[in-house]
Amino acid sequence: MNKTNKDLLNLIQSNFPLESRPFLKIAKELNISEIEVIDIIKELKSSGYIKRIGGIFDSRKLGYYSTLCAIKVPLDKITEVAKLINSNKGVTHNYIRDHSYNMWFTVIAPSIEEVKEFLDNIKIKTHIKDIIELPVVQLFKISVIFNIKE
Amino acid sequence: MLSCLDKKIIRKIQEDLPLVPKPYAEIAQELGITEKELIYKIKGFCDEGIIRRFGSILNHRNVGYKANAMVVWIVPEDKIKEVSKIMISFPQVSHCYQRPIFPDWPYNIFTMVHAKTQQECEKVVKEIASDVKIYDYNMLYSALELKKVSMKYFMQE
Repeated sequence: MNKTNKDLLNLIQSNFPLESRPFLKIAKELNISEIEVIDIIKELKSSGYIKRIGGIFDSRKLGYYSTLCAIKVPLDKITEVAKLINSNKGVTHNYIRDHSYNMWFTVIAPSIEEVKEFLDNIKIKTHIKDIIELPVVQLFKISVIFNIKE
Repeated sequence: MLSCLDKKIIRKIQEDLPLVPKPYAEIAQELGITEKELIYKIKGFCDEGIIRRFGSILNHRNVGYKANAMVVWIVPEDKIKEVSKIMISFPQVSHCYQRPIFPDWPYNIFTMVHAKTQQECEKVVKEIASDVKIYDYNMLYSALELKKVSMKYFMQE
């Protein structure tokens, strides 16, 4: 990636311009044209560097309930349990991690009741009792901004 | 409370901004409002904290951050405040939360640590540990990604 592309990536991660011609604003800062900015962004998207440009929301402030959950899944049931968990549209992240609690997922729903119901359903369908719910007690930092250097 | 229009706007800006010279004008037109109104609304959501960040979401694995560990710590209750303050000062720490503990889960502080390599990640974590003087920690790398999507709000209404 060349320097202009890196500068552009660093620039548009936070404070993307909220004005009529946002790409023109970025163009002026980078000393290139508006069309060039749009083309570079298109290129960075198709090569998989940029996922999306838009808003990242605080689910709580939208009235939603969210939590992290961990479950102990027997190795031979991973695919089946993952399929069940991932079928919920509010499950946004799901990872296998190296611990006896080996499957970690986040779930967001319009109410706490819906989350409880979903988890109860997992317990019933999978016969797994070891599932813990880890909602945020206190938030100290959330800032997914990466400094793109080399 | 969010109005019907607020929800319509959120439904649009949780998707991808159109790559045209006047992207807000395009969205505004679809919503039947003016460009000015839309920008004013988005700014309002940012000020209220409804929008945490407005900008590009990168694929961090593709931009070179391939080692991403969930590092969990056992921090005494009375030390949480000062320890978390030090932890969040590290630029490699993207998230830092307190979460509940369970009989078989003693870790109460969660941090996400990002680095280019696992060695680099471990080096950062050791540095954090010695700075906060907490040595009861565990690094849980993601061995496999089973799902990663962005949440779509207000889709059933």
